[in-house]
Amino acid sequence: MTHLSKSPWILHYDASSCNGCDIEVLACLSPLYDVERFGIINTGNPKHADVLVITGGINEQNREVVKNLYDQMPDPKVVVAVGICASTGGVFRECYNVVGGIDCIIPVDVYVPGCAARPESIIDGIVRALSILEEKKKNPAPGRAAMGGER
Amino acid sequence: MITLPFLILFPAVIAILLLLVSADAWRRLVVKAGALIIGIASLYLLFITPETGPGFFPVAFDSISELMFLAEMVIAAFLVYLGIKYKKYLAIFLVVAQAALLVYYESLAGSGTHTVPNLFIDQFSLILALIIGIIGSLICVYALGYMATYQEHHPEVRDRRRTFFFLMFFFLSSMFGLVFSDFLPWVFFFWELTTLCSFLLIGYSGTGEAVNNAFLALNMNLLGGIAFVGALLYLAFVSPGGELLNISTLIHSGHMVALVPAVLIAFAGITKAALMPFSAWLVGAMVAPTPVSALLHSSTMVKAGVYIIVRFAPVLTGTMEGLIIGLIGGFTFLLASAIAISQSNAKKVLAYSTIANLGLIVACAGVGTYKLVWAAILLIIFHAIAKSLLFLCVGTVEHRIGSKDIEDMTGLIVRMPHVAVMMFIGIAGMFLAPFGMLISKWAAIEAFIEAQFGLIFVAILAFGGSITVFFWSKWMGKIISVCPVAVKVENRIPQEKWIALSLLTAMTVFICLAFPLISSHLIEPFVLSVYGATTRLSQDNVIIMVMMLFLLMIMPFSLLWFRKEKNIVPPYMAGRPSTPDLHFLGSMGVTRQVTLGNYYLEEVFGEKRLFMAGTALCLGLILLVGTLTAGVAL
Amino acid sequence: MILPEYAVLFIILAPFIGGLLAGIDRKLTARMQGRVGPPILQPFYDVGKLFQKEQIVVTPSQHFYVLSYLVFIVASGALFFAGGDLLLVIFAFTLAHIFLVLGAYSSYSPYSFIGAERELIQIIAYEPMIILAAVGMYMVTKSFFVWEIMASSLPLILYLPGVFLGFLMVLTIKLRKSPFDLSTSHHAHQEIVKGVTTEFSGPMLARVEIAHWYENVFLLGFIYLFFAWNPLVGVIAIIVAYLLEILIDNTFSRATWKFTLKSAWIIAGMMGLVNLGVLYYLSGVVPV
Repeated sequence: MTHLSKSPWILHYDASSCNGCDIEVLACLSPLYDVERFGIINTGNPKHADVLVITGGINEQNREVVKNLYDQMPDPKVVVAVGICASTGGVFRECYNVVGGIDCIIPVDVYVPGCAARPESIIDGIVRALSILEEKKKNPAPGRAAMGGER
Repeated sequence: MITLPFLILFPAVIAILLLLVSADAWRRLVVKAGALIIGIASLYLLFITPETGPGFFPVAFDSISELMFLAEMVIAAFLVYLGIKYKKYLAIFLVVAQAALLVYYESLAGSGTHTVPNLFIDQFSLILALIIGIIGSLICVYALGYMATYQEHHPEVRDRRRTFFFLMFFFLSSMFGLVFSDFLPWVFFFWELTTLCSFLLIGYSGTGEAVNNAFLALNMNLLGGIAFVGALLYLAFVSPGGELLNISTLIHSGHMVALVPAVLIAFAGITKAALMPFSAWLVGAMVAPTPVSALLHSSTMVKAGVYIIVRFAPVLTGTMEGLIIGLIGGFTFLLASAIAISQSNAKKVLAYSTIANLGLIVACAGVGTYKLVWAAILLIIFHAIAKSLLFLCVGTVEHRIGSKDIEDMTGLIVRMPHVAVMMFIGIAGMFLAPFGMLISKWAAIEAFIEAQFGLIFVAILAFGGSITVFFWSKWMGKIISVCPVAVKVENRIPQEKWIALSLLTAMTVFICLAFPLISSHLIEPFVLSVYGATTRLSQDNVIIMVMMLFLLMIMPFSLLWFRKEKNIVPPYMAGRPSTPDLHFLGSMGVTRQVTLGNYYLEEVFGEKRLFMAGTALCLGLILLVGTLTAGVAL
Repeated sequence: MILPEYAVLFIILAPFIGGLLAGIDRKLTARMQGRVGPPILQPFYDVGKLFQKEQIVVTPSQHFYVLSYLVFIVASGALFFAGGDLLLVIFAFTLAHIFLVLGAYSSYSPYSFIGAERELIQIIAYEPMIILAAVGMYMVTKSFFVWEIMASSLPLILYLPGVFLGFLMVLTIKLRKSPFDLSTSHHAHQEIVKGVTTEFSGPMLARVEIAHWYENVFLLGFIYLFFAWNPLVGVIAIIVAYLLEILIDNTFSRATWKFTLKSAWIIAGMMGLVNLGVLYYLSGVVPV
């Protein structure tokens, strides 16, 4: 086991959540759940983050933003879709401006179901993501250059 | 010894030659050859300067003083003519007042003087002469390239390049005269010549602003000139035989006699060095073409002001008057540095930083213990080199990007890599360890602690020194930020500019390595001969500084290692996708481009506010020192 | 006498001490907030992880500035512990920070740009006080050399109480603690994304973090100087001072740059200068 799974830094992004899941995500940071026990820190910066935690589904306004945030995270990285909207689009799936779950834009590694997702299940999801992080370190995806780079 | 008169006369000959030559090719040849010879001759001075004490060289020609007086009257008449032409009555008044005093002085002293005036050289004169001879001539060479472009860019300005180069070389000549003269009336003569050159060069472009600023500079310098004549008059009264008119005898004649002229001359020095109540003229002088700013208004002419104060430091030290003069310098340092934070025009930043550093030198000289004089001379050297480099860099950049605003210098490292690196080194030379200016500030802190009332100055240095960090670093930050839209424009820079820039850059770095040598061979003997004691940085510290410098020079090689970096991503834009040239979709669907601007903190460091404060403070101090001196004189 | 062996010790041990210190800091902070908190070794895990991450840059020149930052922080700390000249140490320290600022500027990123400007404001806020502290030590011990200050048998703190308080105040800025964490901040705090460090990632960020460990150890060494006449009191003072900083960190909300600048300068003026003035006056009356 490497240090990767001991220090997962999170970037939390609210795509088009009703805020229900966001409150639960933030609850994880509160003294009751205290995810910093696991070395988890909520950074506000994709360039420092290892885990992208997204709540809510993709809509036309934020599809580029989600893609951009994902691209700016250094490898290895994992994506956790929190809540049913992030996983599939949820009740908003049929809305005129909603594209769908996060996975229609970027690859999602862990789906955390629930409306809203419980803090326990969110923590569980992130801990599962850590083993995927380790996995990705061992078998790295093709590099940025191979994927065409950013610029 | 022929070298001293040669250095005074030869630039004047070149100057006259340049007035006659109109073909550009010939001018280039004359300027380059002249600069080379002046540079070599001033280096030659290194070998003829005596190790201990000053060397005197009597001048055989008798009627020089009469000729000088005649020349001064002609100049006065010329200035009156210009004053009438531009309707500047204050200037006329000041010129006439000064001329009248001078005539009075001549009538007093002319008959009685029996001393033979000397040219002289000691290590301090030598240092100034090297600055004038090497940096000055490099700037003249640079001016060749600069003025050609300048005239292209400013078709509305009449091409008076012959006059321009005449004045530049004539100025060099008068500066040499100033630092080699021991006889105060001669010093005054050359002093006035530098004022004249500065006045004419500031007004070069002939625009309303230039003329106004030129007269502003003239008026303030004339005020100093009048004080200088006052000192001469006082001496003529005190010693009708004229023995005390020599600096070398005057500074050893004790406080009773020397203090009043020393204060009057220090006042002249304060006007010339543009300390706080008079700082406006130096800021205004920035309308002149950049080589003028580099030569006159940063590395040499304003240095004449501090030169004369440092000369009189032994008289000022330990006196209330000296302390107050030091305080004027100290407050100028603090406030001018603070004002520099609020400026975005590169030349103004340089001007305020120059004023600040001159203030610091005066602070050292006013308090005037031997350690402080050592630090002051060190400051003079380092400042001259780094500042002229910076001015020339700004001039070069201005011609390629069409602006001297620091905000427009974003990404200079991409657009003009070589010039940007030189500018970077120049800025580092102004405030970072282990470069020169910082060494001097450090020495000044250590010296001030032991001086009387030194704690005030230590506090000024602690605060002022950190303020300088702010404005220099944000400028550095501007030029090194790798702006993706930048296009390389570092072509079409004349060869003359490259020569001057690269040599000055090399000197900025080299001087840091060589400074222990300069200290032990030039500064320490001078301080020792004047004070009977001297100082230096401890051996351990010198070694550590040199190690730091090497470390600093090695670090850039790490770029070779990192150059292979492939994973280049755009900066974080809060998730907004941006194009490679940093356009992004802003609110209301409007596409915008990222532009980044520095902090100027106008509210705290605004020019107007601080300038008012400084003027009030320093004017008060000048009045105080005036009253004290009047008390002594009467 | 310069003692290179202490410099070597500093270079080897400081990262461990600094990292542990950061770990304890986080643990205590968590306890103050009623949380369990991360393991003590968490900072080492973080840095270890950062080294395992992919390196992405905005411009390769960032590497140069960050590496120079680390090198000069280590150099100035090493010089301090070797017993070198305190003023030179401070200047080298400033040089290092200028490199950090330049690294932030070089990326032409809005967030790191603002961070850089704020970092500069912080530098001008704390620098006068640090210089005054060095001057105060000189006034008591008649030397700028750390080894001589260390060897002095005088209790510096009794001569320099005001200077010490002023130093504690700027220490809050230096340790990037609230309320003065304007330019960047540690663990979960955020300010203008991550300010200066926004564009540093992976191994580069790890270097910044290690430099910060070195820096903290150096700053604690500076506190020790005030109490050098008695090592036990010195160690206790360091511990108390650091605990105090953690407490301040957790009790104050972030200040504006203007407040930071003004309060730092006023404190430096009131505490530092007045203290030095009294000392200066007394030195004329009773020899120290």
